[in-house]
Amino acid sequence: MNHAIRNSWIAAVAMFALIFGALSYVQVVGADELQANPWNKRAILQNYCNDRGAIIVGGKPVAQSVAATESCKFQRTYTEPELYAGITGYFSKNYGVTGLESALNEQLAGSSDQLFLDRVGQLFLGNQPKGASVELTLDPAIQKLAYDLIPDGQRGSIVVTNPKTGDILATVSKPSYDPNLIATQDANAEAANFNELNKVPGINLNPNVSGPTGALLAPGSVFKLVDTAAALSSGKYNKDSELPNPAEMSFPGIQYKLPNYAGGNCYTQNTASFAFALQQSCNTPFASIARDLGQKAIADQAAKFGFGEDLGDQLKLDYAKKAFPEEELDPAGLAQSAIGQRDVRATPLQIALMTSAIANGGVQMRPNLIKTVRSPDLRVISEPKPEVLRTSTSPEISRQITEWMTSVVSEGIGRGAAVPGVQVAGKTGTAELGTDGLNNSWFTGFAPANDPQVSVTIVMQGVDITTGAQLTSPNAKKIFEAVLNK
Amino acid sequence: MTQIEATPKPRRNTELALLILALAVGIGANALVGVDQEKAFDQDFWFQSSLLAAAALVFHVVLRVRAKYADPVILPLVVALNGLGLAMIHRLDAPGDDTGNNQLRWTLIAMAVAIAVIWFLKDHRILRRFTFISLAASALLLILPLIPGISAGEILGARVWIKLGPMTFQPGEIAKITLAIFFAGYLSSNRDLILLAGRKLGPLQFPRVKDMGPMITAWLVSIGVLIFQRDLGSSVLFFGLFIVMIYVATSRISWVVIGVALILGGGYVASKVFSHVGLRIDGWLNAFTDEVYGRQFGGSFQIVEGLFGMANGGLVGTGLGQGRPNLVPFANSDMIIASFGEELGLIGLFAIVLMYLLLFTRGFRAALGTRDAFGKLLACGLSFAIALQCFVVIGGVTRLIPLTGLTTPFLAAGGSSLLANWIIVGLLLMISHAARGPVDTTPMPQGAAPAEEKPVPPSPPRPAKQPGRQPSSTHPDAPTEAVKQL
Repeated sequence: MNHAIRNSWIAAVAMFALIFGALSYVQVVGADELQANPWNKRAILQNYCNDRGAIIVGGKPVAQSVAATESCKFQRTYTEPELYAGITGYFSKNYGVTGLESALNEQLAGSSDQLFLDRVGQLFLGNQPKGASVELTLDPAIQKLAYDLIPDGQRGSIVVTNPKTGDILATVSKPSYDPNLIATQDANAEAANFNELNKVPGINLNPNVSGPTGALLAPGSVFKLVDTAAALSSGKYNKDSELPNPAEMSFPGIQYKLPNYAGGNCYTQNTASFAFALQQSCNTPFASIARDLGQKAIADQAAKFGFGEDLGDQLKLDYAKKAFPEEELDPAGLAQSAIGQRDVRATPLQIALMTSAIANGGVQMRPNLIKTVRSPDLRVISEPKPEVLRTSTSPEISRQITEWMTSVVSEGIGRGAAVPGVQVAGKTGTAELGTDGLNNSWFTGFAPANDPQVSVTIVMQGVDITTGAQLTSPNAKKIFEAVLNK
Repeated sequence: MTQIEATPKPRRNTELALLILALAVGIGANALVGVDQEKAFDQDFWFQSSLLAAAALVFHVVLRVRAKYADPVILPLVVALNGLGLAMIHRLDAPGDDTGNNQLRWTLIAMAVAIAVIWFLKDHRILRRFTFISLAASALLLILPLIPGISAGEILGARVWIKLGPMTFQPGEIAKITLAIFFAGYLSSNRDLILLAGRKLGPLQFPRVKDMGPMITAWLVSIGVLIFQRDLGSSVLFFGLFIVMIYVATSRISWVVIGVALILGGGYVASKVFSHVGLRIDGWLNAFTDEVYGRQFGGSFQIVEGLFGMANGGLVGTGLGQGRPNLVPFANSDMIIASFGEELGLIGLFAIVLMYLLLFTRGFRAALGTRDAFGKLLACGLSFAIALQCFVVIGGVTRLIPLTGLTTPFLAAGGSSLLANWIIVGLLLMISHAARGPVDTTPMPQGAAPAEEKPVPPSPPRPAKQPGRQPSSTHPDAPTEAVKQL
């Protein structure tokens, strides 16, 4: 027996040898790599009390470091905190760093290679280290307007971009919060505020959860733009195609029937042109396109619009990216997915990029929040140029879809978004959340249709049909007017 | 290793010296933790330190009286580990948290129970009489969390807690001990039958079903219940305990081979059948992918943050109170090893792991030295369980193996685990007393009443129970670790 006991001891020691090896690897051999990992917030927090650069919108700082106590010289403060919380994120001692504070840390903390000479200077002159300031592409007036267009107590997001450059003009979400509450140096208050805020539905301050505009939502009918592009590029359909438009679609072997959209005039025709189907947002024509083209064609087109792909935005809102379902769908599942229901999900930014690609001749631009980065002596050290992200579809197809989207606003169910004297292209969406009659209500569109300057994407979560219609298309109109009248 | 020693030496003075060293480590750590904060050397500190020291010294005196030949290293090792754990939990307490005091309360309760075990049990061989009662107790303890009304429901994805008044308790921890007693009792009585009676099939000899029946049943029930409760870590621990004890009883390596094959096979099946097991494995293999890291449930956030912490600690650590272990979820319980790795560095963690190594080695030493098969099996099983538990926890935290929810013995916040491990220490001390003491040739008292019901001997040199400790053991009013973690 003693022999076996000794062997068991050897086994236990062998396990411990593995532990010693694993610990050495993590703490010494592989430590540098772990320290350099972009998810690692500890490096950022090492400079917690330093003078970070400001984040500037329209010439005014929305996040800046101000002189604080002797032990911790600088304190991060946010002006108009709720308005910009979704962009700046917070800079907290105990809960980490989020938003641009995290994404642009190299510049803000002054550790970027471009600031090397500044750092050498600071070292010799004995000055406090100071970071670069970052000016954003946001337009403060549009940002404020968009924020106020979401009623308090309503969950929703609005993204406004320039489709030609990818610059983001406004991005807001409600509910929002005050990052000053988390950035405070008072640890007790910080903990209490953090816990309190996390209880609010729609706010999740976990540093590794996407900000509110990164929420994954069912896109509903705005996804029909993907079906349309897939249909046109397949060659099987053209602008004059007549699509089947039955009142409901049945599937072999199951009871479920996919109904047509009840809100518009779909019921008046048994077949529909693309224009009519988009104007009235009929379901069955697009379900039949998906059945005809197959799941892969829809999924491929969705990926070309960026679904499930890297969006390259500085806020990393594509954290929770989701592709069109990859596992094989049954016929009913494919039909439901084709109209943006079932397991299809997208972030508001994703939908904004899809629309911007259509507006920009099929070319999707990388979404950009940064106008200029300036060193502490105000020298411009970087200035991002517009960058092509991917080609989503051809210029011809995007022109054709634009024409139909224009008719959605001029004579379809998107009339609320019409701006007098300007051609507006748009598409609405209503994604059912359950059986309680509440929906995610969408509008996505751009203007002017012939020379797009601005794209607007609005989503209101958990609203009934009427409220949803009031809060989406008419609000888009106000934003179009505000941007175009500048 | 059973060389005859001239005269057995109690070595209690060695223990006292080591114990003072151990207390210096634990209390010193606690002082360092407080130095940075306003609460340095406040009333709480003196209160906690003096209670811990008093309890350790009482334990020492009890050993002098009841088990004077017990291994002199075991108690100091455990006190040092427990003290370090207290210091780290105290350090991690956010303002208003009371986990540190709660842990101290449980430490005192656990030490009192361990003292009671030593005082009343007198001889570990008495436990052999409770072989089948232990089996029944194990079954009951494992089933308790599944019974509505007693169960505390599903906490953090597992159903392993029961309600005990205002607290929750994890009976599975105690089942570890009762199962070891059952295995030891059953195997020591039946090892000849298992070894000799049976059929030979190829190179392997299979015992008769009749002889192995109770073992297999016990094993299946425990594993089955644990799978049902979603407690992966305990499943592995029980399985390991079972294998090692049957190996020691039979000295047949084939059992180990079969057992390891079953673990791997069972693990593979479980990863396919149970989503939570599959998620654990995915979180282990693909920890550094966006999708797994950002997943809200069953993602790798916890383990990756722990790795960042340990990497930040590097070779020498940030120093107690200087790191940011609280960025890691469950920093004071499941991930406490990462907290130590960050603040004490690789050197500190090596010291801690070496303490565990010494601890289980002394346990194995007791198994070698004791003369009865039951004691050998029990000591070996319990020591191996400590080693395996450390391996599973530390291996999980360092990403050597998938992370499962087990506590680090003596360090992690959690009353049930402290209680169970201190009882194990009590048993090991008694077995080592039998192993190192002079050969006892008198037969065991026959027909003695069950130890727990024995009245206190009329004139013990010191009272068994300390006044002042009892109230806290009957009214622990703070929530336990499980509630805290929510």
